[in-house]
Amino acid sequence: MTVRERLREKISTAFYRHGLLCASYPVPIILFTSASILACCYPLLRLPLPGTGPVEFTTRVRDYTVPSHEPQGDLGERPDWYRGPPVAYIQQVLVKAAVSPWDSTLVPVDVFRSPLGRVFSLLEEIRNHVHNDGSGVRSLEALCLQVTDLLPGLRRMQTVLPEHGCLLVSPGNYWQNQRELFDSDPDLLKTVHQHEPKGLHTSATLRDLLFGVPVKHTGVSLYSRKRVVTYTITMVLGSYDARFLSSLRARLRQLHPSVNCSLREDHMVHVHFKEEIGMAELIPLVTTYIILFAYIYFSTRKIDMVKSKWGLALAAVVTVLSSLLMSVGLCTLFGLTPTLNGGEIFPYLVVVIGLENVLVLTKSVVSTPVDLEVKLRIAQGLSNESWSIMKNMATELCIILIGYFTLVPAIQEFCLFAVVGLVSDFFLQMFFFTTVLSIDIRRMELADLNRRLPAEAGMPPPKPGPLRPREAPPPPRPSPYTITLQTPAFRNLRLPKRLRVVYFLARTRLAQRFIMVGTVIWIGILAYTDPAGLRTYLAAQVSEQSPLGESGAGGLPPHLGVASVFPGPGGDPASTLSVLPAPAEPTPLPENQSQGHHGAPREGVPHQAQAPPLVPQISWGAEDEEGWRRLSFRHWPSLFSYYNITLAKRYISILPVIPVTLHLSPREAIETRHPQDTRHPPPFIGMYGEGSKQVINPLSLSRVAALGLAAGVLLVLLLFCLYRVLCPRNYGQNGVAHGRRRRGDLPCDDYGYSPPISEISPLLLRGHSMDIECLASDGMLLASCCLAGQIRVWDAQTGDCLTVIPKHGSCLYSCIIGGWEQRDGWDTVGVAEPENLGGGTEPGGGVFDEDEGYPLRRRTTPRPALFEDQPDLTPLIDTNFDSQPSSHLLLTPPRDGFDFGGLVERAYLEHEPPSLGAVWAMELRGNLIAAGRSSGKLELWDAVEGSLRCSNEDGVSGITALAFLNNRIVAARLDGSLDFFTVDINKPLGLLQYRGPPGRSNMPPSPCYSSEDVISCQLTRSVQCAHQKPITVLRAAAGRVVTGSQDHTVRVYRLEDSCCLFTLQGHSGGITAIYIDQTMVLASGGQDGAICLWDVLTGSRVSHVYGHRGDVTSLVCTTSCVISSGLDDLICIWDRSTGIKLYSIQQEVGCGASLGVISESLLVTGGQGCVSFWDLNFGDLLQTVYLGQSSDGQGVRQLVVLNNAAIVCDFGSELSLVYVPSVLEKLD
Amino acid sequence: MASTATTPSRGPYIAVITNRNTNLGIRGFMLFSIGVFLALVLNLLQVQRNVTLFPPDVISSIFSSAWWVPPCCGTASAMIGLLYPCIDSRLGEPHKFKREWSSVMRCVAVFVGINHASAKVDFANNVQLSLTLAALSIGLWWTFDRSRSGFGLGVVIALLATLSTQLLVYNGVFQYTSPDFLYIRSWLPCIFFAGVITMGNIGRQLALYECKRMSGKTHQD
Repeated sequence: MTVRERLREKISTAFYRHGLLCASYPVPIILFTSASILACCYPLLRLPLPGTGPVEFTTRVRDYTVPSHEPQGDLGERPDWYRGPPVAYIQQVLVKAAVSPWDSTLVPVDVFRSPLGRVFSLLEEIRNHVHNDGSGVRSLEALCLQVTDLLPGLRRMQTVLPEHGCLLVSPGNYWQNQRELFDSDPDLLKTVHQHEPKGLHTSATLRDLLFGVPVKHTGVSLYSRKRVVTYTITMVLGSYDARFLSSLRARLRQLHPSVNCSLREDHMVHVHFKEEIGMAELIPLVTTYIILFAYIYFSTRKIDMVKSKWGLALAAVVTVLSSLLMSVGLCTLFGLTPTLNGGEIFPYLVVVIGLENVLVLTKSVVSTPVDLEVKLRIAQGLSNESWSIMKNMATELCIILIGYFTLVPAIQEFCLFAVVGLVSDFFLQMFFFTTVLSIDIRRMELADLNRRLPAEAGMPPPKPGPLRPREAPPPPRPSPYTITLQTPAFRNLRLPKRLRVVYFLARTRLAQRFIMVGTVIWIGILAYTDPAGLRTYLAAQVSEQSPLGESGAGGLPPHLGVASVFPGPGGDPASTLSVLPAPAEPTPLPENQSQGHHGAPREGVPHQAQAPPLVPQISWGAEDEEGWRRLSFRHWPSLFSYYNITLAKRYISILPVIPVTLHLSPREAIETRHPQDTRHPPPFIGMYGEGSKQVINPLSLSRVAALGLAAGVLLVLLLFCLYRVLCPRNYGQNGVAHGRRRRGDLPCDDYGYSPPISEISPLLLRGHSMDIECLASDGMLLASCCLAGQIRVWDAQTGDCLTVIPKHGSCLYSCIIGGWEQRDGWDTVGVAEPENLGGGTEPGGGVFDEDEGYPLRRRTTPRPALFEDQPDLTPLIDTNFDSQPSSHLLLTPPRDGFDFGGLVERAYLEHEPPSLGAVWAMELRGNLIAAGRSSGKLELWDAVEGSLRCSNEDGVSGITALAFLNNRIVAARLDGSLDFFTVDINKPLGLLQYRGPPGRSNMPPSPCYSSEDVISCQLTRSVQCAHQKPITVLRAAAGRVVTGSQDHTVRVYRLEDSCCLFTLQGHSGGITAIYIDQTMVLASGGQDGAICLWDVLTGSRVSHVYGHRGDVTSLVCTTSCVISSGLDDLICIWDRSTGIKLYSIQQEVGCGASLGVISESLLVTGGQGCVSFWDLNFGDLLQTVYLGQSSDGQGVRQLVVLNNAAIVCDFGSELSLVYVPSVLEKLD
Repeated sequence: MASTATTPSRGPYIAVITNRNTNLGIRGFMLFSIGVFLALVLNLLQVQRNVTLFPPDVISSIFSSAWWVPPCCGTASAMIGLLYPCIDSRLGEPHKFKREWSSVMRCVAVFVGINHASAKVDFANNVQLSLTLAALSIGLWWTFDRSRSGFGLGVVIALLATLSTQLLVYNGVFQYTSPDFLYIRSWLPCIFFAGVITMGNIGRQLALYECKRMSGKTHQD
């Protein structure tokens, strides 16, 4: 025993034990698994929220140096993006201006016209500021970020945004920084507004960019309450020069002092922008997700044979997802911070980990024998697949380890996640999924038990219930002999494909649901990305929690740290960051400020103003310190993007703002007025009124509300009209009828389409007195045998009875056409007549020659089968022979009719019981009937003449099955022996005439034996112990004889030399069904519910599937699929090449198990008093044909498909011939 | 007599499908569209490497490379997808390994992943990039194909495609966004190889349906 084998065995036993454990204690194990998943996911709480919001880092202005490119290990708090120079430094000059004191003679425009006008002088001042010290002369031109062209798509902004020069933006840009244009502008607001984009927008607008503060804070409005105008002049600097900036700051302070301003000026904030997902990146991302979903869909589609398919699919997906979450959680726990974009690598991780193991596990467990206990099934299934699971896992780990050694950081990180994910996935599979599977299987068994109990108790089956759409419960039809449902041509039943699609969409309301989901997602995205929406709120939350967000009012140490990565507990930022022993000194003022130019405070300075409306108060608060925070987080990226500069994965440094306070006198405001300014409507608010603040908002709100309401009403009206136009009045009433369809109601398919009704009348062949036992056909003739041992031969085309075997005496009534009712037992053995509804036009039409004793071949005058419109003649025909001896049956001698009963009875009594014995098996080839009797006697009868041609009594054990192929007969006996007979004719074989069309695959042309030939039947070989137990099935085709027995084996013999080729073992129960055809396909089904497909040439097993709970009762193959029916009333359709179950059809409990395939796509099954036709391609019920009035009790046990597209089935003591007209198509 | 025979009740639609040439056409068209789609998407991935945060226009970046590249890729993938099953049947060794749609989907996902990695991951040098991609491509083949014919065909086609691309570049018909000539050359064969394997996989899976139908038809005849 090699190491490998030993290892394999160990793994297998370990898995077995584990399976037992899981199936025994499902609930504790699931609880344990859930707990461990939660525990492993706990560290994920510390991860930042997903999003692409910017990250901040604050340093002190004083000792600021441009960070070097090399990472420095000692600065632990420094984020890794803080390397190298920033893209730009942002220096903002925050201007607050007001006209004070406010005068009643002023118009609303004055609030902002003169304050805005001051921007030009400020700009002039800034532009011309030159700092001169020992090292040289510096000006803004030298330091600022030089920009080139705007992007080509932004032509309309060319007049507003600077090009080819310093990036310096201010509200002055609206007027090209020219005072003259400003002064001559009649309507400032219009100028500002005309650059606003129309419609909905979520990113920064031009107004935000130029003003540098959010719109509502600018105060540039006719209805401004505070009458303070705020705007910024934003300088974007390419390089940092502390001295120039401080001198500029000092200069501006000097010119426009802000008295009560206590803004801190010692911190600069570095803002790092992450990569933003644009449309260009979204498309590949969406593609990968689509592929992922397709993968999951195709994988989970394979789950089968379980109670809840979707439940298990969900469990599989949950397994993979939570293993990924666990992997991230564990990695975080051990200190590895994910740097990759989670959304991007997620699909690949799922694909790498895969759902394969889960599926393999399911399949393995499901294919264990169903009669085992659930525990054992789980254990067995697990241990069967243990080796392959372990092997796969080892392979994947190896591949990933190789990937790890590529030494590329990103790939290494991916591999690390994948490894941990694989391991946790294995863990979850073993514990979580296995347990779920065991629960599912247990549920299935319970459900199955519940379903079968009433049937076994002989009670009426429970009502079909909402089981599956494919069950076929045929309730008794009130009108006998008429059946059928649907259109004459099956083809018409298949709706066009596009209609099916449309119907499918309509049924599932896919479109509506899709739109709904889309709307919800859209709203979510809007809420998330809107500047004032959830995202900024979240970002604000995060930054609020971070120590950065709040301004340290109480002399807290300067905060250095990365915002939003360590959102510490909001309460004590000092405790988390007190590691930095920063000097807590008060704000140092630049030295230049000491020049103290305090000269210009006017009377209106804030702390003197008693009446706030009168004197607009300019106050500087903490929120002004970092006013840019109130802007959209896309503010800076969009500004830079206009010049094709990306901020993705880079950072900018924002310098402390320079406050500027402007107080303008009313006189100045009046002087700068434009002539048109006064034409604005005077403010309708009271000049000093407090209520003014309520006016603007309610006004616009109510307007919007009214508009919305009107639009809504209009929409409803419109929809109502549409509904009226498009839908008929009675839509709702009829819909109900279409919705649920009960079998037996007017048929309609699933889409509510009910085709015109046509009816097929089955042709009943009556004559047998007892239940029909055997049925054989060679296409042209039909032989049947009842329990009483009587054999009747029928014409398969017309349904006429040709011969009755055994004959009695010289006079034999082979057939009398008429309306005889079969009344009691044995009276009418010889005179039974086939019921021929359609052929009633020619009752007893002189075709039979009584004296000859056998009928002429009626085939020479084929009658059209006009079955459609014929009334049921049965009740009309007087069946009383005594009173109307020869009224319409002229050719029937009355005497025969009278004394026949006694004659036959006597003959029967003396003849039948001792010598004959029941016919157990019968075969028909050519015009020879081979009948095997319970006494072991093999008889050959002439089918036309009804004479015994020869018999063989070599065996004593009863013949259970017969096969008649070419000139050989194979008989299987009760004791398990197999006898091979040869039929010899004293005429050379070459002269045998062949008749009939070339048969279908399993019906070779049969030689016709003429009546003159002497036929002998010789036993050529007898295999005494072919099987240990009785042979149950015998099939012959393609030169092979296949036997199945209760000893669990199948044997294959060659027909020529009766040599046993293979003994096929694989079933764990007796063989109950075998199928073999010309293409050498062999399928066998057993009592264990298993179906095996074999290769007859090699004797190897091709596939082995478990499909039924209970015996497999019948098996048929087409070229592409295998159809099986079982005792569980299930019909399963399997793919022949792969052994995958395509679908199954649940039939009513107690249905017959007979199957037949009429064409490649038409399946016929026998039921309780009816036969059903199914479309094999789709599994739809096409038609149900009821055979008689009393459908209860008698099931169709045997069903033979003739090659003229008719089927024959037994129905109690009657035979039923059903034509399937729609498949009758002329080939030639 | 009794010359009626059964023919399966198939609608005209199915009959069209069974027509061999039509079927070939349908398969080819499907493969072509898959190829065009993948080419567009992967091109987008490659373009991202050099583009700004705000591409001026998405549409223009989709079609930023020459317009004839996606149709070429589509044609090539159609040819490859038809060639693979054909070779399989010629050699007489039908491909049996993992013939399921889920496996094919997995293969496509891994292929996109390889492209993604080559576009997004920063490698230290070109050798590392090429080696990694080569290992990934071989892994792809081993995981999803494992047939010698597949490997041989993949290598041959990849070499041919690289050669033709280089010829195009020499003649100046086509230009890469990145001027680094060696850089491009290093990863191109690997991507081509992985693409060939993927398209072959899809083509085989598509051909599987036809095989079934054809076998059914011949049996019937």
